[in-house]
Parts: sequence; C-alpha cells; structure tokens
Amino acid sequence: MTTRPDHRVPTAPENDPPDAATPILRLDGVDAFIGESHILHGVGFTVPAGQITALLGRNGAGKTTTLRSILGLVERRGSIDLDGQDVSGSTTHDVVRRGVGYVPENRDVFAGLTVAENLRLAERPGAGHRYDLVHELFPRLKERRGQRAGSMSGGEQQMLALARALLNDDNRLLLIDEPSQGLAPNLVREVAVALEQMAQLVTTVVVEQNLAVIRHMARRVVVLDQGRVVHEGSAPEFFEDEALTQELLGVHHGGAHR
Amino acid sequence: MTTFLLLTVTGLGLAGLYFLVASGLSLIYGLMDVLNFAHAAFLTVGAYASWLVGTELTGVLPVGVVFVVALLAGLVVGTLVAVLMELGLVRRLYGDHVGQVLLTVGLLLAVTALARAVFGSDPVRVVVPDWMNEVTRIGGAAVPNSRLVVIVTAALVFAGLMFFLRRTRYGLVIRAGVENRDMVSALGIDVGRAFTLVFAIGGALASLAGILTGAFFGTITAEQGTSLLIFAFIVVIIGGLGSIPGSALAALAVGLLQQYANYYGAVGMGDLIVVAMLAVVLLVRPQGLLGRVA
Repeated sequence: MTTRPDHRVPTAPENDPPDAATPILRLDGVDAFIGESHILHGVGFTVPAGQITALLGRNGAGKTTTLRSILGLVERRGSIDLDGQDVSGSTTHDVVRRGVGYVPENRDVFAGLTVAENLRLAERPGAGHRYDLVHELFPRLKERRGQRAGSMSGGEQQMLALARALLNDDNRLLLIDEPSQGLAPNLVREVAVALEQMAQLVTTVVVEQNLAVIRHMARRVVVLDQGRVVHEGSAPEFFEDEALTQELLGVHHGGAHR
Repeated sequence: MTTFLLLTVTGLGLAGLYFLVASGLSLIYGLMDVLNFAHAAFLTVGAYASWLVGTELTGVLPVGVVFVVALLAGLVVGTLVAVLMELGLVRRLYGDHVGQVLLTVGLLLAVTALARAVFGSDPVRVVVPDWMNEVTRIGGAAVPNSRLVVIVTAALVFAGLMFFLRRTRYGLVIRAGVENRDMVSALGIDVGRAFTLVFAIGGALASLAGILTGAFFGTITAEQGTSLLIFAFIVVIIGGLGSIPGSALAALAVGLLQQYANYYGAVGMGDLIVVAMLAVVLLVRPQGLLGRVA
C-alpha cells in the first residue's frame, strides 16, 4: 500500500526494478492514419517494464496518435507487441483487457456520470479494484463520489481520469497523455506526485509538454518529429544534453516548449 | 370538463405511443450516431407478427391468452429483426451517415411495401380482450380502457428504462457511450455489444408501440409506422438526443398539445403547433429540453 503523497517534485528511483530491461511494449514500423492523413511513419520503440517512458515532441509530432495507435483508436499498420503478444490487429477493448490503462489528453471523464459511476465503469471483471489506493492518492474523489464529473474542476477531472486508469490491479501498462495540461501549478505538482506513485506500481508511458514535470521521473525518452522517432534513449542523458533538447524539442534547458 | 378529460387521456395515450417509439430512436442515435428510419419497420413487423399470431390462435385459446401470446410473439419478432438488422447491415455502416440514411430509408420503404403486398392496403382489426374495448368512468368521462393500457404500459416502460440505465452495468455503459464511445472502448468494454443491445431494446419498444397502436386505434396498417415515426423524430429532437426523460417530457408535450389544438383549434392545427414547437426549441435550445450541449 502506498503512503499519502506529499507535494515534493518527484525524483527518479535510485535503482531500476529487477525486470527493468524486459520490454513490456514494442512498436515496430507502425504507420497510423486519421481519415486521409498519414500521421505516423514507421514508428518503432520499446518500453521497458517498471519505468516511466516519456514520449516527447513538438506539437503535431504524433505523440497522441502513437498512444491511440497502441490502443487501436486510429487506423494503424505495423507491429505492436504488448508483453509478448501482437495486438496490432486487436480491437481497443481487447488491447485494454490485456492490462492497459489510458488517460486521454482531454481527460474524457463522463460528464453526466458521477465520480463513483465513472470508476464503476472502469472496473474490469476478473480484476481486483484498488479503491483504497485510488482514494489514498486522490482523497477528493472519495469525498465527491456522488458528484457529477462534469461539474468538477479540471484538476479533479484529471485525478478521476488517472484513478480510472489505475483502478484495475491487473493493469500492466499505463498510457497517459498530457496529464498536466491546463492545470494550475499546485495541481501540476499534485498530479506529478500521483504519477510517480502510480509508476511505482505500473509501467507508464507519459506524453508531456511540461518538461519540468517529467524530467525528474522519466528513465527513458522517445522523441517524435513529424510522425517519426528521431531519438530514443536514457532520459537523464537526454535532459542533460541541452543542445539535443534544444534541437529536438525547441526548448531551453529545463523549460517548457516554446 | 369531461371533454377536456377525454382529450387529456387520449393525448396521454398518444404520448405513450410516441414515447415508446422515440425512446429507442433516441438511444440508437445518442449511442450509435445512427439516424434509424427503419425504426418504423420494427413497429410494422411487430404489429403484423402479433396480428398474425392473434388471428391464428383466435378460437383456439381464450382471448386474454391469445392477446398475451400475440403480444409476446410481436415483441420477439420485432426484437429479432432489429438485432439481425444491426448485426447484418447497420454494423457495416457505422460512421457512414449517408450510407445509413440510404439503408434505413430503403429498409423502411421495403418493409412497408412488403406489408402492404402481404396483408393488403386495408386496415386489419386486431384481437384484444373484451375489457379493452370497454370504458372506465373517470370524472364523468368515458375513457376507453385501451388508452389506459397504453398510458400505464408507457409509464412502466419509462420506469423500467430509467432503472435499467441508472442501476445496471449495461445501462451505465449505454449512458457513458452516449457521451463518448471511444472512451468506453478504452476502458475495455465491448461497445459493439452495447450497440446490439440498444438496437434490441429499440426494436422491442417499437414493436410494443406497434402492437399497442393496434389496441389504441383498433386496427393496424402498413403505413402507421411511418406516420408515428415522424412525430417520434420530433419528440426525440425536442427532448434531446439520447435523453430518455427528455423523450418522455417531449412526448407528453407533443401528445397533449396535438389533442388540445386539434379539438379547440382548426382541423390540422395540432400538427402545425407541434412543428412550431419544434422550430422554437431548435432556435432557443438546440440541444433539446433535456439534452446536453455537444
């Protein structure tokens, strides 16, 4: 059981978990399409188990489409290997049932449903449901379980979206898209702490524009540009190389995207 | 006063029929984005299946039993047709709105023509228990029992739908799916099953409406589905797409206003007022009375 989160900016774990080298997700030659547009061009990278992998890139680089490709929410081709099984031809619900939690870019909580109903909907039959952990990480969700999700603040909706992804105890991979987008600075810190706690339990891929949130917790980084992978490697090394971050992301050291 | 009471009960009965058709339409459009013109075909198929079974069994079994068996047969056939249509045809056209309209309008025309060819153009009389043709005195007004049956059935269906949507997991899936289908899939839920279930519910309710239309008016025709469908669409839009309480509220407004206007105003005034109400709602509250802004 995790402890109640504090509000320190999290740091990367000292030692990688024993199975860190084992890839839980491997993409190879993935092309993705939205309508007539060809968005991803031969994207390939691996996500080691037990770590946070940051998926970075400028606006329109294809980060969100990459997550949606893994889930089958967009038309895709190529190989997507999830824990040893090819899911490139699987439907979205089949991919998710293999143990994937998803937090979309705009949270997509069900506005007309209560907090409790949103969480109940996320319960997967056959899995255990980590309500204790979810309520410990996000105590406000317990207080507001009868409230309609649409009437909550952006930060609370983000907490609900994260809680929904974390709820099932058989989840092996979390795909989290822009968790700090549109949040006040104090909420960004709160979400970052929660992310770190979640990543200690489940392998996590995070798309994040705010590098201050991700740079201290990610172990691995994948950078996309115009639908192609242009860099893949150690996150600490990447963030230390100011010239590289400037070249690939257009940011100054430690800053957010321009 | 008795006239007003009679008009009110008749308006409530009409509202019940509109609601039974509109609620299925509303769920199908809200969840699946399918404008299902073939919904009226479920009504026609259910009504004629019920009539056929009722006619065959008349004289063999007591009238009350015949009515119940015929009702169940109509419901089963209408539901089956809806499920087969979703699995066999509509499923291939999700996201293709033009294709959906062409398919469902074509099916409606085909089923209506088939019904006319098989059962003829003349109205056919349905078998109902004798007590449904009798009247009950309410406040001095002689109210036909068939109208009360329609009103009570529609009220029970409304309560049942609300219970299903609010208290069961599939209801939760449907309510969430009306908001965001992709996100429901992204929670590991097979939305396709929910689609089939909603079509089945829609088919059952439309069939029930078809059978009760026979009890309400005494006869059924091949075209009655189409005429009910027009008002059901108006009810869905006024009530708000995907909202069952909205459909119920709008059905009440349309049914009652039609009756009052037709009686107290000029002939045909009821339909005119309903269309005017639709225009006002679209101008003032485009999402409908209880619909949400997209």
